[in-house]
Amino acid sequence: MSAKHKELELVSVTKRYGATVAVDAINHKFQPGGYACLLGPSGCGKSSTLRMIAGHENVSEGSILLGGTDISDLPPAKRGTAMMFQNYALFPHLTVAENVAFSLKMRGIDKPERLNKAGEMLELVDLSALGDRLPDQLSGGQQQRVALARALITRPQVLLLDEPLSALDPFLRIRMRGELRKLQRELGISFIHVTHGQDEALALADEIVVMNNAVIEQAGTARDVYNAPTTAFVAQFIGGHNVIALPQGRFAIRTDAVGISQSDQSNLQGSILAIEYQGAHVSVLARVAGDQDISALVPESTFFNDPINPGDQVGLIWDDANLHKLTA
Amino acid sequence: MALPIMAVLVFFLVLPIVMIVTVSFWQATEFSIIPAFDLENYEFLFGSNVTYRVFFNTFKYAFITWVFTLGIGFTVAYFLAFHIRSLTWQIVLFLLCTIPFWTSNIIRMISWIPFLGRNGIANSTLISWGVIDEPLDWLLFSDFAVILAFVHLYTLFMVVPIFNTMMRIDKSLIEAARDAGASGAQILWNVIIPLTKPGIMIGTIFVVTLVMGDFITVRFMSGSQSANVGRLISNDIALLAYPSASATAVVLLLTVLIVIGIMLRFVDIRKEL
Repeated sequence: MSAKHKELELVSVTKRYGATVAVDAINHKFQPGGYACLLGPSGCGKSSTLRMIAGHENVSEGSILLGGTDISDLPPAKRGTAMMFQNYALFPHLTVAENVAFSLKMRGIDKPERLNKAGEMLELVDLSALGDRLPDQLSGGQQQRVALARALITRPQVLLLDEPLSALDPFLRIRMRGELRKLQRELGISFIHVTHGQDEALALADEIVVMNNAVIEQAGTARDVYNAPTTAFVAQFIGGHNVIALPQGRFAIRTDAVGISQSDQSNLQGSILAIEYQGAHVSVLARVAGDQDISALVPESTFFNDPINPGDQVGLIWDDANLHKLTA
Repeated sequence: MALPIMAVLVFFLVLPIVMIVTVSFWQATEFSIIPAFDLENYEFLFGSNVTYRVFFNTFKYAFITWVFTLGIGFTVAYFLAFHIRSLTWQIVLFLLCTIPFWTSNIIRMISWIPFLGRNGIANSTLISWGVIDEPLDWLLFSDFAVILAFVHLYTLFMVVPIFNTMMRIDKSLIEAARDAGASGAQILWNVIIPLTKPGIMIGTIFVVTLVMGDFITVRFMSGSQSANVGRLISNDIALLAYPSASATAVVLLLTVLIVIGIMLRFVDIRKEL
């Protein structure tokens, strides 16, 4: 088990493009055999990080270690990593089976054997029937599975996925992320998945690494990051949080930990700006003193027991234990 | 929209071809041309040894020119598309390639003559370097000169479509190939060449049709010592033997169409159009 799970570690990895620093001396140890998401807005350096791990970008400074060996200077195919590209990058002139078998062909494995292996991989992603098709005869979801099979045929220790779900429609995206998660469990190898969607990261990841402005803002399990964001950026980016400035400092609090009270017993007083019905919950936006906007996610039944309207003065209440002090 | 285009095509393409085909069946004497339906011109054409030699020569020029223009054209396009990183530089260098086209092709052709002649720059340079003792005779007015001029004139027709196709190759395909462990040569052979085939085919059609239809280059550069089908036709026209010229033209046209038809069976160029 442990021999198979090699640990991937970034040691002050830096990427510069001319004078711009895309990735600034980041350090991180990925959980071996886990599903990690690199989460951040576009331009935060997450894709550069992934491409450096894959070997498609040079590391300006620092090292990338896999199982203790420095792989920073190895060519992509010698690293034990495989990459799945954002637009899948399937070879349009090759059939599905030949696409999957491409790396075996490059190693000089003869045709019957490599097509046989490709068939096994296609079975893994449920595409056995489509081996003779060309990529442009497949749907987006099918193309993605081909790309997965092609990346996995090299038996990588780490699979790198660059925004793998962004080209799919929302319905398919949710289905594919379930399949990615299942596949990762079955194979037991590390997946590193770059995304800018926090819901995707929360749904998939054992471990979330939030990046912003070329550095890692926070890393931890999905629950840790969601429940206890340490910076205002993380609290805002991960969603579902208010960032409030109180006399004691700045704090993050989950919107569903904020309640509405009509009595004077409250943490802050405010007036209602907007009310949005969201099905299971009602989202209430209130403005408090100092022009801070705070939103409260109130269960539907609670809200309609005692409905309020925009313009009403209300009290906002929370348990101080739910406040998380922000470091930045 | 379709009607004006049809009219233009009928008037400038279909009508002339119909005329040529018609005239090819006419009879001619030294001083007159007689409308008729006579296979005499074709009989003479296919009965003459000269025809076969000249057609062979035409194919030879086309094939050798194709090999060189493809080699040079592919290399130039590959360099522009994959080694020049910035789009600005790609455009600048591409325009640089087209500069020779700002002069007429006759002038470009003739300018080889002082360079390649018996006492020309090439010979005197080689003599002064001591590479040769006597001027080389085969540099000018030879098949070498004809093919050199063809390659010089038509390489760009290979560069443009190949470059165009290469620019459409998604760069992530190259990365994906490298990710799968492909070496540079393997990427070239397994990814770039297959995906560039339509461009190669369009360039090939340009070069082959241009070379097979040419007569002036062969006349100038061979010093009238070699012949191709174009020259056969132009000689007939000079002798006012229009029916005979038409028959040769019809056979040439059919030959070129057959050649293109065979090439199109191998590569699908529809995606490029």
